[in-house]
Amino acid sequence: MSTTHNPRVHLSPVRWCFGIILLLCALFTAVPTQAAQEIRFGDMYSGASTRGLILSDRLRSLDGSEVTMSGFMAPPLSPTIRFFVLTEWPMSICPFCSSDAEWPDNIIVVELDKPVTALPFDAPIRVTGRLSLGSRVDPETGFVSLVRIHARNIDA
Amino acid sequence: MHSYFSRSLLAAAIGLAITLPAAATAADFDGSARRSVYVNPAAHAEWSQAQTRHHQSAERTGITILPIDRAKFWQGQRFDFEVEIAATDLTDVRITLNGKPIEQALGGRLTRTVHDDYTSLRIDNVSFAKTGPVTLSVSAVSPTGKYQRTVTYNVVREKAPKKAKNVILFVGDGMSMQVKQAARILSRGITEGKYDGLLAMEQMPAMGLVTTSGYDSIVTDSANSASAYNTGHKSVVNAMGVYANRTPDPLDDPKVENINEFMQRTRGMSVGMVTTSAVTDATPAAVSAHTRRRAEEPFIAADFLAEMHRPDVLLGGGARSFLPLSTPGSKRKDETNVIAAFENAGFTFAENREQMLAAPKDKPLLGLFTMSHMNVYMDREFRPNPDVTKGFNDQPNLIEMTAKALDHLSQNPNGFYLMSEGASIDKQLHTMDWQRAVYDAIEFDQAIAYARDWAKAHGDNTLIVVLADHAHGLSLTGTYHENDGKTGREGVRTYGAAGWPTFVDNNGDGFPDNPDPRVTLAFQYANFPDHYENYRFQAKPTAPAIVGENDKIIANPYRAPQGARYIEGNLPQYLETQEVHSADDIVVMAEGPGSEYFHGVMDNTEIFFGIMRALHADPKERVQ
Repeated sequence: MSTTHNPRVHLSPVRWCFGIILLLCALFTAVPTQAAQEIRFGDMYSGASTRGLILSDRLRSLDGSEVTMSGFMAPPLSPTIRFFVLTEWPMSICPFCSSDAEWPDNIIVVELDKPVTALPFDAPIRVTGRLSLGSRVDPETGFVSLVRIHARNIDA
Repeated sequence: MHSYFSRSLLAAAIGLAITLPAAATAADFDGSARRSVYVNPAAHAEWSQAQTRHHQSAERTGITILPIDRAKFWQGQRFDFEVEIAATDLTDVRITLNGKPIEQALGGRLTRTVHDDYTSLRIDNVSFAKTGPVTLSVSAVSPTGKYQRTVTYNVVREKAPKKAKNVILFVGDGMSMQVKQAARILSRGITEGKYDGLLAMEQMPAMGLVTTSGYDSIVTDSANSASAYNTGHKSVVNAMGVYANRTPDPLDDPKVENINEFMQRTRGMSVGMVTTSAVTDATPAAVSAHTRRRAEEPFIAADFLAEMHRPDVLLGGGARSFLPLSTPGSKRKDETNVIAAFENAGFTFAENREQMLAAPKDKPLLGLFTMSHMNVYMDREFRPNPDVTKGFNDQPNLIEMTAKALDHLSQNPNGFYLMSEGASIDKQLHTMDWQRAVYDAIEFDQAIAYARDWAKAHGDNTLIVVLADHAHGLSLTGTYHENDGKTGREGVRTYGAAGWPTFVDNNGDGFPDNPDPRVTLAFQYANFPDHYENYRFQAKPTAPAIVGENDKIIANPYRAPQGARYIEGNLPQYLETQEVHSADDIVVMAEGPGSEYFHGVMDNTEIFFGIMRALHADPKERVQ
């Protein structure tokens, strides 16, 4: 990570500074806050069938809520694109270049207000934002998504 | 090409001049003095024809003719004909077949379409009624010049001495000779230099060498090669059942009829595809589909049901292309429920092994066992790993799928054509995981062993053809062990130090009990991205390389984390994240009626002709 033009993307040292300040604030003011719920890739589905994947109760209950997920950013289709795919493991192939069948089942589409350019693909990132469920086709790319996070904050 | 040859000859002459004694004169280099050169009349004639071919290329003449020069057709095989001429203001366009105007010779009408910088002339759904050579000439005039090109075709119909009722085509995707050999070492073993047995596929009597290139490039992909096997025509990378025209639409390219369509139309044979990949992936798709772009998987899924090439059995992964958009896991862009469409067409749908085995054999069968490609033998069956199979824990293996398909397809008295694919041999070589690839090759061989015994027990009238579709570059260098504390490249044992690997199969199931014995194979890759290598089995499938900063492809830090050595790649750093296909020739092995056709060095399109010959395919035959 070198620099970023996107103020929503926090660099690690900055993130830690913010984190410590926020933590101190939280400790000293003791104001109850609604923390983002952590979701892991393993939490997404409660069942697998080729008639359709079954979203877990936990994931369903968090639809519309603030969540946090850690994963890897798959290389985006173009630098200006307003979403990217978060995967459990780093992607080896350029999945947009080959067919959709190459994507794992458990992927998250991370929607952005502005394109991000300076995130690593080979190190984990943490995405925080509002969870939204349900099939959707991206009008620009035709990419089909099921689970999305509208990013409020991305930590690299 | 011509100027290239001239330059080569000049370079060779200069090279020779340098190496010869100073006394040599220019007269020595006219060819006659080079006593080591021997070009017999036949080779010279081929050279001469190749020169003409290069002069007559699409690039030089401005005329692309589809089907291409030297295309070979089965008598009555349907195809779309298209000519693209690099001008928009053409007059006096003449296209003749053996001297006759093409509309008269083939029937139908030429459709002319003027594009931005070329003109297309096309007739769809025609065929050659007679066998023999065909000369096709195209000429046209534009204000800037004249266009002229001639190509030749050949139309055949042959009959094997003994007719095959059924054909099974086994495709070991990416199974190079070396991978097959590794499967033999691991599955059968070797003692004092002699193998303790051969693979089932290697016990078949007919064997030949197959060249794999498409018409666009020396290196092919699975769509292009499966297309050659199923249509007898070469195509281009990513395409199946079509010649590639210049329009961007991946569904409008000129088609060629495949075995499936020809044999359903003329004889009412049954057709099946079983694979360990998604059923919409290139190799199974090419049995039915016609598209320039193999990634059109939602289209391919729905198109399976088109009556002209609808299979009776379709088993593998890939449900995501069949589910409506609103169903979790779907990758369709519409609400079409293709599984429901199959059920409405009378198919039984099986979503796991148990349902597949229970399916009644008097109904057509669709089995989709995962959303994407099926998991590999290692992770789904040998060491079942729920962390890898992710809930799809009851997938059948290729042996069971092949057996089930045979049960169903053999109900048809008119015979059947089954394509059975070991798909992940290729996928695991791409990720440089030869152990997983070889276990899948052994699974593939056991499916062949089953089919051979089935054929013998069912009338001995089934042609079985086994081959890869392209190779991968890897080779057996020796063995690898750390018994003396040496690791990494120092642990690679060559020549006499290699000795033997210590794979053992104590339970006799054909698979080594441990994929990672103390002494393993040094199975080394010819092409690779930057990656970490420890020569050992990986507990979980892990990609060798990933995309790093600034889109540069870098070694995956999660691969081979213990004691791994960094190896700098030899592939383009911004392009290839995986090991890639090689252009190496592959082996075809065959048994049963018509198998005598498969010998010598064969072009990959000849697989189609060998199959049609064995079936006594006849365009005049009609379904009873």
